Amino acid sequence: MTAQASGVTPILEAKGLMKRYGTVVAMSGCDFELMPGEILAVIGDNGAGKSTMIKALSGAVVPDHGEILLDGKPVQFRSPDDARALGIETVYQNLAMSPALSIADNMFLGREWRAPGIMGSVFRKMDRARMEKFARDKLSELGLMTIQDITQPVETLSGGQRQGVAVARAAAFGSKVVILDEPTAALGVKESRRVLELIRELRARGIPIILISHNMPHVFELADRIHIHRLGRRLCVINPKDYSMSDAVAFMTGAKLPEGVIESV
Amino acid sequence: MSADEAPTKTISDFEATLNKADTAVASFEKDDKTFIFKLRNFLRRNPTMIPALVLLLSIAAFSLVAPRFLGVGALSTILKQVTVTGFVALAQTLIILTAGIDLSVGAILVLSSLVMGNLAVVTGVPVIMAVLIGIFVGGIMGLINGLLVTKMRLPPFIVTLGTLSIFESIKLWYSQSESIRNVDIEEKASGLLFFGQGFNFGGASISYGGITLILLAALLWYVLNHTAWGRHVHAIGDDPDAAMLSGIKVDRTLISVYTVAGLICGFAAWIAVGRVGSISPIAFSDVNLASITAVVIGGTSLFGGRGSIIGSVLGALIVGVFITGLSLAGVDDYWQKFAAGCLVIIAVSLDQWLRRASQ
Repeated sequence: MTAQASGVTPILEAKGLMKRYGTVVAMSGCDFELMPGEILAVIGDNGAGKSTMIKALSGAVVPDHGEILLDGKPVQFRSPDDARALGIETVYQNLAMSPALSIADNMFLGREWRAPGIMGSVFRKMDRARMEKFARDKLSELGLMTIQDITQPVETLSGGQRQGVAVARAAAFGSKVVILDEPTAALGVKESRRVLELIRELRARGIPIILISHNMPHVFELADRIHIHRLGRRLCVINPKDYSMSDAVAFMTGAKLPEGVIESV
Repeated sequence: MSADEAPTKTISDFEATLNKADTAVASFEKDDKTFIFKLRNFLRRNPTMIPALVLLLSIAAFSLVAPRFLGVGALSTILKQVTVTGFVALAQTLIILTAGIDLSVGAILVLSSLVMGNLAVVTGVPVIMAVLIGIFVGGIMGLINGLLVTKMRLPPFIVTLGTLSIFESIKLWYSQSESIRNVDIEEKASGLLFFGQGFNFGGASISYGGITLILLAALLWYVLNHTAWGRHVHAIGDDPDAAMLSGIKVDRTLISVYTVAGLICGFAAWIAVGRVGSISPIAFSDVNLASITAVVIGGTSLFGGRGSIIGSVLGALIVGVFITGLSLAGVDDYWQKFAAGCLVIIAVSLDQWLRRASQ
C-alpha cells in the first residue's frame, strides 16, 4: 500500500494470512508490513483478529495459509522460540514474568547463559555474574538504572517497573522487531507516560516496533503509521498526521470507509 | 529517559500538566522501609532462615526440658530416623516447587524396594543390578505421573491419588503380600543393607544413608539454584503461562521433574532397606504425608515457585526433633502428631504472610 512504492524492503511482512478456528475465521487474507525503524500501531475492534495476526507474527499461532517474510526472506514460525531465535521479541500484556525470580533471572528466562569451561558444559552452571552484568547494562541503557539491586525479585517492583523490565528484556534480545501488546493498559497515567518514553527510546535505537493498543491518544502520539484491522484483515494503513482519532475509530468500527477502500464483506 | 528529549508530538491535554508532576514513580526507588517490610523481604529471599531458626530453637528448648536430649546418642538417632523421610522430602520438594504434589512417593519407594529385594534375594541377581533396576522402576513410575500431568492435563493431586492406588495394588500383587526377612537379605544380598551401616564420629553413629542424604540435598540445591533447569522449575511453579511464553519447554521440564522424583524415591528404597533391615509391602505407609509435612515446614510454598531443598531437610529434622524430644520429655506419644500438625499450620500461615509482602 505505502511500502513497496518507496522501494524499501519491509523488515517484517505478511501476505495473505489465513486462520480458521472451526467456523470462526480469525484471519482472512491478512496482509501486514513493518518498515525499518518505524513504530507501527495496530488498532482494531475487539474480535477483529488483530491478536491472531500478532500471534502469527510472534510464532504463537501457526497460520493455515499465507507467508511471513523477515527482511524479504520467507520464514516459518512453529513456536515463539522460532520467532525469538530470529530476533522478534514480544512483550505480552501479562508480561510473562516469574514474580519470585530476580530481575536478571527473568530477563534470561529460557535463554540462560552457561559458564565457560567444564563448569558450564558438564555441570551446566549458569554464568550468573555475566548475566547480571548484562541485565544491569541493558536497564541502564534504557535509563531504568535507578534500580538498586538486579537480584531483587520481580514481585517487589511496581507495575511500571515490571513493564520497564519486560521492555528492556525485549530490547536486549529483539534485534529485528519488538512487539508490544497493550503496554500501557494496566498502568497509571504517570507510569504510562514513562513507558511511552521507553518506546520512543527504543525507536531511537533503530528497532522497529509493533504497538498494539486501544489507547488512541497513545497511538496517535507514538505511531509513524497506523495499521487498522477490521474483519480479519488489514483495512488500511493511515498516517496519523493526516487523520484524526475519530476518523481512525470510525474506520476500525466500520462507521466510515477510508478513501479508495471498498469493503467486501 | 531524559526530559530534554524532542518535544512530544501530540501529548494529550489531560496529560499536559504531567511535566510538572513528580516523576519519581517510575524510578526504581523503594519507599516503604518499615522493619516488618524489611523482615518480610529478608525472609522471602532467605527462605531457609525460618526452618533453621526453628530447628535451633527447638533443639535448645528440648535440651532444657529433657537433659538427655542433647546427647550425641539422641541426636544421631534423630538423623537416622529422618533419613528416609528426608530423601522422599527431596523428591517431594522438586514437585511442590512446580506447584504440584505427589501422593504416590511412598508407594514408589516401597514398590522399588520390593523389586530390589525380589531380584537380589529371590531371583539371585547381583545386588548392584537389582538396585539399578529398582531405581529404574521408580523412575518409570515417576515418568508415568509426569506424562499424565502434562499430556492428559490432569491436576497432579488427582493423578498421584490415582497412581497411589495403582502402585499400591501392584506392590501387593507383586509381593503376594509377603515380606522379605532380614536374615534372608543378610545371607543372600547383604549389599542391600549397605546404607544402614555407618561409622562412629565423636561417639555418634552416623549412617551412610544420613551422609548420602546431605550429599544429595547439596547436589539438588546446586541444580535448582545454579542451572537453567532449576530456574525453569521455579518459573513453572510461579506462573506456568509466563514460563511458556518465556520460551521454557514446560511439559518437558515437568516430565523431567516427576521422573527425577521417581528416581530419587527409587534410590530412597535402597536407603530404606538398609534402615529397616527387611522389606515389607506395608512399610512406610505414612511417608507420603511425612514428606509433605517436612517440605511445608521447611518453608516451601504449596503454591509453587518458592522454597528450598535445604529447608526440606531442616523440616524433616524439625519433625524428628519434636518426636524424639517430646518422647524424651515424657510426653505421651499421641501429642507428637499434634505438634507436627501445629507446625504445618504455622508454616503455611507464615508462607501466606510472606506472599502478601509483594503487595
